[in-house]
Amino acid sequence: MMTVATTMAADDSRRAAQSHFRTLRLGTPFQPRLDALAKTGDWYNWAGYRAPHSLWGEELEYFAIRSQCALFDISPMTKYRIEGSDAEAFCNKVTLRDVTKLKPGRVHYTAWCDDEGFVLDDGTLFRLSATRFRLCSQERHLPWLLDSAIGFDVAVEEETESIAGLALQGPTAFACLRAAGFAGVEKLKVFDLAEFPHENGTVTISRTGFTGDLGYELFIGRDLALSLWDRLMEAGELHGIRAIGYTALNRARLEAGLIVANADFVTAEHAIRSNRTRMPDEIGLGFMIDPAKAHFNGRRAILEARARKKLRHVLVGLEIDGNVPAEHAIVYHRKNREVGLVSAAMWSPMAKRNIAIASLDLPYGDSVTDDLWVEIYAMCELKYERLMKRAKVVPRPFIKLDRRTASPPADF
Amino acid sequence: MTSFDRAKWDVVVIGGGHNGLVCAALLAKSGRRVLVLEADAEVGGSARTEEFFPGFRASTAHLLNRLHSEVVRALDLKRHGLELSRRPPTPNPSPQGGGGLGGAATTSLMEAARPESLSPLRGGVRSGGISGSTFAPSVALSKNGNPLTLHGAYGEALAGATPAEQSAWKDLRAQLLRYAAILKPFLSRRPPQLGGGSFGDMAALGQAALAVKRLGREDMRDFLRVLLMNVYDLLDEQLTDDRLKGLLAFDAVLGSHLGPRSPTSLLGLYYRLTGESGGAPGAQIVPKGGLGAVVAAIRTAAEHAGVAIRTGAPVAKIVVEKGRAVGVALANGEEIRAGTVVSAINPATTFLALVGAPLLDTGFVRKVKAIRMKGDVAKLNLALDGVPGFAGVEAADLRGRLVIAPSADHVESAFNPAKYGEFSPEPVMEIVLPSLTDPSLAPTGSCVLSANVQYAPYALKEGWETGKPKLLAAVMAQLEAHAPDIGKLVRHAELLTPADIEARYRMPGGHWHHGELQADQMLFSRPVSGWSGYDTPVEGLFLAGAGSHPGGGISGAPGLNAARRILAERRKA
Repeated sequence: MMTVATTMAADDSRRAAQSHFRTLRLGTPFQPRLDALAKTGDWYNWAGYRAPHSLWGEELEYFAIRSQCALFDISPMTKYRIEGSDAEAFCNKVTLRDVTKLKPGRVHYTAWCDDEGFVLDDGTLFRLSATRFRLCSQERHLPWLLDSAIGFDVAVEEETESIAGLALQGPTAFACLRAAGFAGVEKLKVFDLAEFPHENGTVTISRTGFTGDLGYELFIGRDLALSLWDRLMEAGELHGIRAIGYTALNRARLEAGLIVANADFVTAEHAIRSNRTRMPDEIGLGFMIDPAKAHFNGRRAILEARARKKLRHVLVGLEIDGNVPAEHAIVYHRKNREVGLVSAAMWSPMAKRNIAIASLDLPYGDSVTDDLWVEIYAMCELKYERLMKRAKVVPRPFIKLDRRTASPPADF
Repeated sequence: MTSFDRAKWDVVVIGGGHNGLVCAALLAKSGRRVLVLEADAEVGGSARTEEFFPGFRASTAHLLNRLHSEVVRALDLKRHGLELSRRPPTPNPSPQGGGGLGGAATTSLMEAARPESLSPLRGGVRSGGISGSTFAPSVALSKNGNPLTLHGAYGEALAGATPAEQSAWKDLRAQLLRYAAILKPFLSRRPPQLGGGSFGDMAALGQAALAVKRLGREDMRDFLRVLLMNVYDLLDEQLTDDRLKGLLAFDAVLGSHLGPRSPTSLLGLYYRLTGESGGAPGAQIVPKGGLGAVVAAIRTAAEHAGVAIRTGAPVAKIVVEKGRAVGVALANGEEIRAGTVVSAINPATTFLALVGAPLLDTGFVRKVKAIRMKGDVAKLNLALDGVPGFAGVEAADLRGRLVIAPSADHVESAFNPAKYGEFSPEPVMEIVLPSLTDPSLAPTGSCVLSANVQYAPYALKEGWETGKPKLLAAVMAQLEAHAPDIGKLVRHAELLTPADIEARYRMPGGHWHHGELQADQMLFSRPVSGWSGYDTPVEGLFLAGAGSHPGGGISGAPGLNAARRILAERRKA
């Protein structure tokens, strides 16, 4: 007979293994610094981590990106370490773009699909060496990546927890890094990466970002995370460095015309309704498809959909009359036929335009672009004002900043 | 003489098993230049007849009960030497022979089932069929010399049971055949393609639905009720004789990792009964020359159609360029190009070893890796110094199939250890003495015993090195209990575990069907969902083996359906 004592012991050990019940939102390696700066206390859940919507004021945080430099904690981003003699071939199978063209020390934006050609996620692929990559993404994909590794000499492991990440974005970002003593960082062109010494270790700095601005991303082992934060904040003090939350970043990315998985499109593994999945062509990522490269997941389905004209949607940038953001507004043709939905919208301070990203049902947004309208419900003191505003399909990005690509980057 | 150096083949078929040969023959008949590549020195796979001891020959597949009539017709196999045990029924049954069948305990069910084919001899022998062949009876052996015998086409007549049981069996048999007949049309066509299916696919489903409806309300309800049932409970509902229930339970689970009480085990019995010989559903034949003779006829038909066959030519790789199969590379490095590549070997081997996972979508690789194909059947070949006597079995019935499965409970108990990686201590088995039908298989006065023994799990926990002698001892003890003194006749015993079968016939898991034939791996889920129509994600590569619909057994149906699919594709293009 099992005694009460042994039952309780078993319960205790089980509880001990369930620490996730105690910490419902994990802290990132930068949490002590974020907590100290979090005047608004406006947290949200980013992939299981406690991340700030804002820290001290979302309006000014946005302007920190555009006129100073902003420090944003990207540690919750899912990160995979991919290493082995077949790492290049493996990445080439999993992702859409041709990885054989991605040289060591370079980064590219890419996406990946399931067998049916539906997008599982988008993300950035960092080529750290000939045989080592880092894949960063919104969602988690380890089982998919491990099953994709069958037949390749490659090891894939998740390093989300062990690697801390920071984005440093804005016109003074380079000046800040130079002041922090990262010698040679001026040599980094857009999408370059290099390793730099930090304390007794190294930090990987890439000239990448999610703002359309001059900016860098820094990856470092979690042990050295806080000292890196301090080094940047100290060096950046005279360059206007500010820690920011996601709301500000989200505005900057919209101005840059960049899309967010599960905000602007539903990823294939999240979609419950079969017509919510999207092929790359349907979310503006068709440029990534290279039929001439080696086999990649979804190739057959994507090429077949193109050949048989089975594509049903298009993702477009819209410019909308007026200044009321059209977030989640329905898009109409001739004010009466429903043809799509806005997934992100804002009044852009930089573009001085009312902008949006929308998903439209073909042929609207492609061959039919005239007479498009959005229906905005503006809440005014507990009453909806219904606005029917004219929308124009415009190219993305909505703003183009020369400083983003200028080489060498501007100093301040 | 055929040149193998022809600049270009239209089709190269990997695997010279019977399905590969059937597919090749049909494609050649349509005017394509077809090359069959067989890894072994001989075609036929597990159906080939081989010498296992000097002077003694046997094939691992030892009964013919489902060679598809459309295959026989399309390849004109009769003209190409398919000789199905033409020996006429013994005119004067031996003293203890067929004459005994007419006793009070026997009721002929043939009259009810097919009055037009009633044989002048009552009982298990009937004429008609493709070549006036003798259908082999099935004998449920009993230790106490009181066997039960199913004569004719799957028990048209039942000997050795009470009148009440015979009557119950007559009803059950008719019902099983009626229900199996609804599923039968699916054998010789592509599984209906769900989603994006053609009109034909929908029509096939519609026809099946109509056939179900035509059963009448009560029967239709019962068909739907029992479809996914376990065979054990169904037998319990209708029968009382343990021997009969044991035999039927055994037949339902033979070749699969199921016990009679496992859900859906009845499907196995339906699968058996969708097969036919000489137009008679469920009929079985011990072919003269073993199954090897059947393969020889198919090979002759293929060669007559212009197929070139190259043996000793293992394929190492399917060459894929830009998502399209363009040929194969042999183990010796030689490359053979062809517009169409047909793989009549195991689907997992095809994709994971010959194409390679890197060239396939991840989701597809997942599905292929998930195909369950661990065999549970061992094959016993005995070289005997004389014909063994089985307690109470008449000499004529020794030419049939002898089954040791004393009860459905016994079959279930035999399955239990297999779930945990152990073999059955008292295995169930079906025994054939092929040399009685074809004396050339053994030296004069000697005898070949061929048995399928269940359950012998592929992944035996203790490993087959030490497990095999123990299994052989268990099998021999079981045989001895039903055929006293058989041990003294054994000159040589060859036991093939699933691991041996895997190595000898390149059948992963040693699985006959190249993938468990259970509800989740049937029809549109065979070999994997989304790719059940013989075509594959690799353009120009087709499957044609038992791993595809409808499954294993010497039917030729996968090869037939694959050939039709390929021909239809070409017409479309």
